[in-house]
Amino acid sequence: MTLYTALFYLLGALIVASTGVAVTRRNLVHAVVYLILSFFGTSLLFYLLGAPLLAALWVIIYAGAIMVLFLFIIMMTRADAQAGPLFPPGQWIPAAVLGLLYLVVGSLMVLAVPETGAELRPAVAAPRNFALHLFETHWLSVEIVSVLLLVALMGALYLGRRRETDVSGEEP
Amino acid sequence: MIMWFAGLILLIVKLAVVLGFLLFLAAYLVWVERKFLARLQIRYGPNRAGRYGLLQPIADTVKMLTKEDTIPDGADKGLFCLAPAVVAMTAMLMFAVVPFGPELSVFGRKVPLVITDLNIGLLFVFALSSLGVYGVALGGWASNSKYSLLGGIRGAAQMISYELALGLSLVPIVMLARSFSVVDIVQAQERYPFILVQPVAFVIFMISAMAESKRIPFDLPEAENELVAGFHTEYSGIRFGLFFLGEYVHMQVLGALVAVLFLGGWRGPFLPPPVWLFIKIILVVLFMIWTRGTLPRLRYDQLMTLGWKMLIPLALLNIVVTGAVVLF
Repeated sequence: MTLYTALFYLLGALIVASTGVAVTRRNLVHAVVYLILSFFGTSLLFYLLGAPLLAALWVIIYAGAIMVLFLFIIMMTRADAQAGPLFPPGQWIPAAVLGLLYLVVGSLMVLAVPETGAELRPAVAAPRNFALHLFETHWLSVEIVSVLLLVALMGALYLGRRRETDVSGEEP
Repeated sequence: MIMWFAGLILLIVKLAVVLGFLLFLAAYLVWVERKFLARLQIRYGPNRAGRYGLLQPIADTVKMLTKEDTIPDGADKGLFCLAPAVVAMTAMLMFAVVPFGPELSVFGRKVPLVITDLNIGLLFVFALSSLGVYGVALGGWASNSKYSLLGGIRGAAQMISYELALGLSLVPIVMLARSFSVVDIVQAQERYPFILVQPVAFVIFMISAMAESKRIPFDLPEAENELVAGFHTEYSGIRFGLFFLGEYVHMQVLGALVAVLFLGGWRGPFLPPPVWLFIKIILVVLFMIWTRGTLPRLRYDQLMTLGWKMLIPLALLNIVVTGAVVLF
């Protein structure tokens, strides 16, 4: 077992543990903090696997921007912890089915590639190589995602605008 | 193996020197700020502890360390203790990618004068600066006080708004240097500093940097007349000291970033490279203190209008223009 393998399992354990703690918290702010820890672990995992650009972007976008918005909304609304069971059956049964499906499909996909047994080696992909690979082989996916984001942006704009006219319409 | 140990010892020495310097300078920046502000306001400033008040930072440090450390009853203990550490830690870690001199060669070994030359150096800085928001937001929330909470919310909103302008203003720099690495960016300024070709980016970066470090005229998260002291109202002793330290280290880091990205970093005639970097950092910091002494605080809507309706579109325009110039 090399140092890289040991680090890989350590980070994996950190991610699984912090995500597990995050979904079982009743205090929403605590849940957000554990989720940030989990994202941080994921980012380190990307770095370990030789994708520093992805690692940095992961922290900037997920841990830095999206979770701040979550935290912001939780702090603004001051949502109190809800009584009752943490996971009602209506929520956990579909989640468990989807999770199991993902586990099976994911494992099959990993096992189908010949590189599965290869040893983890230190590697670094420079931002330039990463970008070239992304835009040469996966340009279609990038375009699809960007169209999706554009639609989301337009939706947000529409919702924001409609509310503005409503408020002004109510005033005498 | 011996080379490996030599590298490790070298790294530890570099870390110790840089960290010691950062902390020492942070303490004396407080003195500089108080003295300079006092002069701007036609008064003396600290002048009791030592000659010209030069021992004031030491007296302040001793006071912070020995003061009672209080945690409010209703506070969330864990997060309350974590928040100041996040602020101070993220500010200090950012300095890791700032080069303070060209590569030296000692005993035939190449010694780069930077703690670590990441090929994503700039993004590393942004990642840490986006994590720094949590210190402010969680500190405000965990104190369980309305003033702290309002300060924390304002801080989070302000920092995520200005982070966009901060990041976008640096895209042209990356385009010109063709690298995210801070060392390469300094190398690319061999003939002329980037401030000459990117004055717009420089102005946007300076304004957003001041907003990021929550200083007047952008100090809404701690606006004294409305929020007592904002997100750190409930903190005392060394925990408050850590917030304070974080702010002053942040000022130095932003000064260093301005120096490295726009003013040519350690380049300069006659004096040794680290001295030039130091001079440039001090000049930027003095400019920030001067601004504090000159401008009043912005209103909240003015702050958001400036960030979203002026700086971000201007930064985007600057990217398009620079892209066109680089391409043709």
